[in-house]
Amino acid sequence: MCPECGELGDGLDGHYSDWRQSRLCSFWPGAPGWWRAWPLLRLEAGADGRYTMSDSQAEPLVKIRGLRFSRGEKRIFDGVDIDIQRHRVTAIMGPSGTGKTTLLKLIGGQLQPEAGTVIVDGKDIHALPLDALYKLRIRMGMMFQSGALLTDIDVFENVAYPLREHTSLSEEMIRKLVLLKLEAVGLRGARDLMPSELSGGMARRVALARAVALDPMMIMYDEPFTGQDPISMGVLVELIRELNDASRLTSIIVSHDVQETAEIADHIYVISQGKVIEHGTPEELMDSQSAWVKQFMHGLPDGPVRFHYPAPDLAQDFFRHSTGGRP
Amino acid sequence: MIEQLARLGRTGLLALERLGRGHLLLLAILKGMTEIVRRPFLLIAQMFSVGVLSILIVGISGLFVGMVLGLQGYYVLSQFGAEESLGVMVAASLVRELGPVVTALLFAGRAGSALTAEIGLMKATEQLSGLEMMAVDPVKRILAPRFFAGFLSMPLLAALFSALGILGGYLVSVGLLGVDEGAFWSQMQHKIDLHEDIYNGVIKSLVFGVVCTWIALFQGYDAVPTSEGVSRATTRTVVHSAFAVLGLDFVLTALMFGD
Repeated sequence: MCPECGELGDGLDGHYSDWRQSRLCSFWPGAPGWWRAWPLLRLEAGADGRYTMSDSQAEPLVKIRGLRFSRGEKRIFDGVDIDIQRHRVTAIMGPSGTGKTTLLKLIGGQLQPEAGTVIVDGKDIHALPLDALYKLRIRMGMMFQSGALLTDIDVFENVAYPLREHTSLSEEMIRKLVLLKLEAVGLRGARDLMPSELSGGMARRVALARAVALDPMMIMYDEPFTGQDPISMGVLVELIRELNDASRLTSIIVSHDVQETAEIADHIYVISQGKVIEHGTPEELMDSQSAWVKQFMHGLPDGPVRFHYPAPDLAQDFFRHSTGGRP
Repeated sequence: MIEQLARLGRTGLLALERLGRGHLLLLAILKGMTEIVRRPFLLIAQMFSVGVLSILIVGISGLFVGMVLGLQGYYVLSQFGAEESLGVMVAASLVRELGPVVTALLFAGRAGSALTAEIGLMKATEQLSGLEMMAVDPVKRILAPRFFAGFLSMPLLAALFSALGILGGYLVSVGLLGVDEGAFWSQMQHKIDLHEDIYNGVIKSLVFGVVCTWIALFQGYDAVPTSEGVSRATTRTVVHSAFAVLGLDFVLTALMFGD
């Protein structure tokens, strides 16, 4: 329901958010229903021709089954099964180098798996023809670790980019939408800055505004908390949760920051050595009996995962006659 | 022994694979031409950064190359008392060979390396991935406009190179060495043929434009997305472009002027 005009949403589908309605009402209070639904109808109808999906659909938004993927000789995933439920925040956690980012790229259809399927909103993403894949991607947002902003255009143009590409909205409408999205991440005042003038945290917030520019059904966050100062960390944590709830999004967070992620996630999958080791709510994982999960969730230095990369005994290594660091 | 053979085979296969990827990319770029018709401003922006920004280096080089041609040509031709043919010599060597070839080499160093570095860094900073995830095809949106900008800029730059080169030759031979002005221009006008010399030169520079830009874009797009990978790719662009231009120049010259 729109907090400003008190009008109920017309329930077209789960993506038609109360959040958006309230924002739109704020700059056109008496907007008729067709107008408020219009940007959504365009995208939804363009994407798959249907926009009557109900919230109560129990089918997970993303269903991964038996996923196998290798890079060169190294097996990254070996039979991974993951369900991402609609309108929830699902976190995928694991130590560095477990291929968490790769998983997001597999979900986004940027990489092809060796085996297994990734079903996004009922469609096998790796079996889709290119144009259908691109149409589906319009409804998927992704926030990259680096922000991945286009460096030759300013903040405003970066957020406007997907709108200009995929809609034929008027310049005035685009301006309003961009300012709304920037307002939501608290950076309306930074619209004229170039990406090189932004701090890491700001760049990620701009990337977030860009990711939600087209009101997607889901957002994937790639390591959103890495290398953030405590303030921007807190801002981001709050933003991700709020956006998810207000816009009825589905969020996937890939991260190894246990505290922050556990704070906002509804469900966590822990991945290591190409397999899902355990999954459950943050509380369940915190109380897990598995030594590995315990070490990871509580950040213990010693446990099944060793601090040292495999190497011969230190004393042996020291006194071996060697040249140039090699035996 | 077997291991060495296997390694040789692997290197060969990798090279072929790379060649295949390069051709697939070229096809995808050509398919992306529709995007340029839809958004001509993309092409115009790239024409500026690829073409206009190369004008200075190409112009100055052309002027000096022409001046050197005037000097060297004068010393040889004056031995036979044929200084009046200096204009023909300068113009023919510029329009047929030096214009297209030297422009292509300069282009590879100035614009090609910049293209590779730009695309490689866009890859390294996930901008290309980001575009893909925004359902924007980077080949159409980023590579295709750059490709056509290179293709169209090269003959224009080569023409500029040749024109300023002839001017340089004129300054040295007529202004400095006292060759007769009328003979300089009239012989040039008489001997330089539109089809034989100028069209062939334009065809050469169009071919070099395709090859140099293609190499630069492919190296950037295929670069290992690290700082080392991008720097290697940039070097490879210049080296491969130089080889390709000089090799193709021989082939094209043999086809065009060999009887």
